[in-house]
Amino acid sequence: MEQAPAVVVDRLTKRYGARTAVDGVSFEIARGETFALLGPNGAGKSTTVEMLEGFRTPTSGTASVLGVDPARADRAWRSRIGVVLQTTGQAGALTVREVVAHFARIFPDARDVDETIEAVGLTEHAGRRVAKLSGGQQRRVDVALGIIGRPEVLFLDEPTTGFDPQARRAFWDLIRGVAADGTTILLTTHYLEEAEQLADRAGIIAGGRLLALDAVARIGGAAARTPIVRWTDAGGRHEVRTDEPAAVVRAIAGEPADLEVVRPSLEDVYLSLIADTEPEEAAA
Amino acid sequence: MSATAVRQDTRPRSLPAGHVLRCAADRVRVELLQYVRRSDALVFTFLFPVLLFSIFASAFSAVPPLIEMGGEAVTQPESYLPAMLAAGVFLSGVQNLGVEIAVERNDGTLQRLAATPLPVLSYFLGKVGQLLVTSLVQAGLLLLVATTVFGMALPTEPGRWLTLAWVFLAGLVCFAVLGVAVAQLPRTVASASAVIIPIALVLQFISGIYVPFVALPDWLQTVANLLPLAWVGHGMRAALLPDIARHLEVGGVWDLQTAAIALGGWALVGTVVAAATFRWIKRS
Repeated sequence: MEQAPAVVVDRLTKRYGARTAVDGVSFEIARGETFALLGPNGAGKSTTVEMLEGFRTPTSGTASVLGVDPARADRAWRSRIGVVLQTTGQAGALTVREVVAHFARIFPDARDVDETIEAVGLTEHAGRRVAKLSGGQQRRVDVALGIIGRPEVLFLDEPTTGFDPQARRAFWDLIRGVAADGTTILLTTHYLEEAEQLADRAGIIAGGRLLALDAVARIGGAAARTPIVRWTDAGGRHEVRTDEPAAVVRAIAGEPADLEVVRPSLEDVYLSLIADTEPEEAAA
Repeated sequence: MSATAVRQDTRPRSLPAGHVLRCAADRVRVELLQYVRRSDALVFTFLFPVLLFSIFASAFSAVPPLIEMGGEAVTQPESYLPAMLAAGVFLSGVQNLGVEIAVERNDGTLQRLAATPLPVLSYFLGKVGQLLVTSLVQAGLLLLVATTVFGMALPTEPGRWLTLAWVFLAGLVCFAVLGVAVAQLPRTVASASAVIIPIALVLQFISGIYVPFVALPDWLQTVANLLPLAWVGHGMRAALLPDIARHLEVGGVWDLQTAAIALGGWALVGTVVAAATFRWIKRS
């Protein structure tokens, strides 16, 4: 049986006075899928996610999470979603186990407290106060609180900002585990590598608009991934975009300097997409 | 990264019966745990009235009685016992709850709770439970210090204790909802105390907590009598001071009927206003 998508966003728009933070964004996230919303700071990622979490009301357009309009959602709906906010409060005076256990009592069908603490790698810190943990460890507490209720949909808003590379890798493993349990995940990030590592599909957002939407491996379309052949000879530096790089290389006479054949990475695609929006932003 | 399992949508669509009270009970536990671990709350809210009472009772121990009639007298130190009882529940409610909720709203703690199935009523009940427990212990401590350290006699008639009980509880409800209401005012974590403490201080001065109510100008008495704190002070004095102390009241009578109407009205209107204006998330 084909299941309805977990998240459906249709021409979602949010304006603050004259400023349009989110401009007609549409996408769907299938059940069990991990979707990344990728973009620079101020692109509209968080505003989009906060509308899906029911914390902001769209100016126009519609959103549906688990078949419910988040702006009208009730507490029962909240028991089915998990939220890791970009900034979170200070549960400082409580220990890790106390705060996780408290949240476990708020959700009707919560995960086991100690297992969840183990899953986020904080077992040895379970008895310490949250305020005494490092920033990365506190972020793990945030994730523990986001997944404690066995959410069907998990929202992660820039979960690894400020992490060192090692902590980021450990965090990715944790999220892969959550995804493997069948949880639908919507992740915002400005790290391309994070989207490549975790997401099945990604949307690139800048200036409030969705610029590209596809599987991470295909994003930007085929043209954006056309290989580039570069070399230097007596005539100077050459650069050819071609679907037949081998033929181009064979046609080069002699042994040119600096010969290379490159496939644009997600980063190249991303940067070219973002660069395209900049003139309009400057004009706005 | 395709999911191995897709979580099936089997969750009940409503929260279990008793969810509000179960969550409320755990909120009370967590609120108290955080309260006792916060040394600033312990000193400035919990012990403050006891400290002030001890200072006043010592400083004014030698001054002549406020009133002497027919062999009975009301001493200055005695008059500070009902005043500090009223101040205690007022500080715990308006000041401590107000600052606490303002901080929790502005640091994102409330948004994190809003993302869970925690009912807003459970959150309120958690705060009221914290207020009830801490205020009762505080009042007990004040009465203990008054009798053991300063040798004051407490009333023996059950009617007076009944008056003390209902005034205490009605005041507690009024101050709890007022605390929720003033918590809307501060816009940042840093300004929470700076905004709320002066309001609380002014209200205490114009309500006859530090200065005898009759010593205030008529217009100030009129203003103060529109607010609940003056009536809590009046009720506490009626319960604890010898009957002759009524000559120090406006009109020379104990007016518990008006006190009941004023406090009942404030509790009712305050609850409606607090419930209608309460926001989990700060305005952006």
